[in-house]
Amino acid sequence: MSKVRILVGTKKGAFILTSDGKRAKWDVSGPHFAGWEIYHMKGSPVDPNRIYASQTSSWFGQVIQRSNDGGKTWEQPGTRPGESTTTPDGMPMGESNKFVYDTSPKNGKPLTTHMWYDGTQHPWEFKRVWHLEPSLTDPDTVYAGVEDAALFRTTDGGKTWHELAGLRGHGTGPQWQPGAGGMGLHTILLDAKDPKRIYIAISAAGTFRTDDGGKTWQPINQGLKSQYIPDPNAEIGHCVYRIAMHPSRPNVLFMQKHWDVMRSDNAGKSWHEISGNLPTDFGFPIEVHAHEPETVYVVPIKSDSEHYPPEGKLRVYRSRTGGNEWEALTKGLPQRDCYVNILRDAMAVDSLDACGIYFGTTGGQVYASTDSGDSWTAVVRDLPAVLSVEVQTLP
Amino acid sequence: MIRVVLPAHLRTLANVNSEVTLELKGAVTQRSVLDALETRYPMLSGTIRDHVTKQRRPFVRFFACEQDMSLEGPDTPLPNAVASGAEPFLIVGAIAGG
Repeated sequence: MSKVRILVGTKKGAFILTSDGKRAKWDVSGPHFAGWEIYHMKGSPVDPNRIYASQTSSWFGQVIQRSNDGGKTWEQPGTRPGESTTTPDGMPMGESNKFVYDTSPKNGKPLTTHMWYDGTQHPWEFKRVWHLEPSLTDPDTVYAGVEDAALFRTTDGGKTWHELAGLRGHGTGPQWQPGAGGMGLHTILLDAKDPKRIYIAISAAGTFRTDDGGKTWQPINQGLKSQYIPDPNAEIGHCVYRIAMHPSRPNVLFMQKHWDVMRSDNAGKSWHEISGNLPTDFGFPIEVHAHEPETVYVVPIKSDSEHYPPEGKLRVYRSRTGGNEWEALTKGLPQRDCYVNILRDAMAVDSLDACGIYFGTTGGQVYASTDSGDSWTAVVRDLPAVLSVEVQTLP
Repeated sequence: MIRVVLPAHLRTLANVNSEVTLELKGAVTQRSVLDALETRYPMLSGTIRDHVTKQRRPFVRFFACEQDMSLEGPDTPLPNAVASGAEPFLIVGAIAGG
């Protein structure tokens, strides 16, 4: 019988929730890395027991952790207990936590500054890994989206990381500006049909695409309108919160932006609004049903200054028509006095026949639906604030 | 022998339960102590000072002999009591946040 594993990153550690395919009873393991912020965890699609985790701290910086047994045990890649801690030529290992921007002229340009909040140029400074996206074909290859915004890749299971510097170096980098939550590269979508195509999104620069495996990039923001920037139709500068796709249809993208839910049918070349009848089109996550490419989920949030559900009612909205027509899903969710937020990386789907939808809240609840969103139950209620949720469907 | 006291989170990361001891050759300075610490415990690379610039992370402080050594130069000799092992070199996570 199939199993489901939910990987939950929180403000104070990681939790792993497991169940059989019925998804009625859940075992909770954790906290792993207690006391640390776990921005994101994700398993390899080709080796599900290989899981990568971004462990961060404002005090002590970035640590990358890896599990080879489904989250039971963890190690920092390259520093296995008992192994030599130095390379044969005497250099210390521990490179797995090292994210150093590539400023070599050979690999793009010596790009060292971006725009600060006050319009001046500011040095690029690494802060943390927001998102880890394992390769669809190789368990040792992983992409990392970081703050300040850049894309890194490992091809040795996380031991060493190298920047795909063409993204920052493609030309608009000096105009990128952080959003209120920092300048993070938070979304990485790998095209299952074209291994050289990758989409990424940055707050508050926008969405970008490469068609050559990360060497060259182009902004893909045409059609986005952001009233809070000097030119609402600018090529870059849009605060994109999340983009999603169905793997069978990688040219169709859905986006939750700082206001507006958007859709592209041409791989991001142009976007149009699909907010339709949503009570508010502000929100953070957006997700696509595992088996229905036109079924999309969002969680409307009251406004950019009030990050909680409107009217204190936690409602997931579902469109079965690819946008514009939305229905509120409320069964099992609190419909009074609820003032949590759902962050951009905190929603995911499983791939069982009856598609499961999962999301975590800043109040520490993880909700699950086993019927495509018609009804919900809380898997856990009292975790630390949830930063990210990923789901693995296991044989 | 140099004694180094780590903050709790870094003790967990390095898988040590108490203070660590290091053998140093030459001058005992912040730089030489941290170099030796990161060589012995490579998982601590980047957690106390930047991987490249070697600047102390903003929320990390260094204390020894009841003095804040955080703003001392990295090559300034540490007190004799630290060099002799009589007193530990303390790496402290600043009390900050809310």
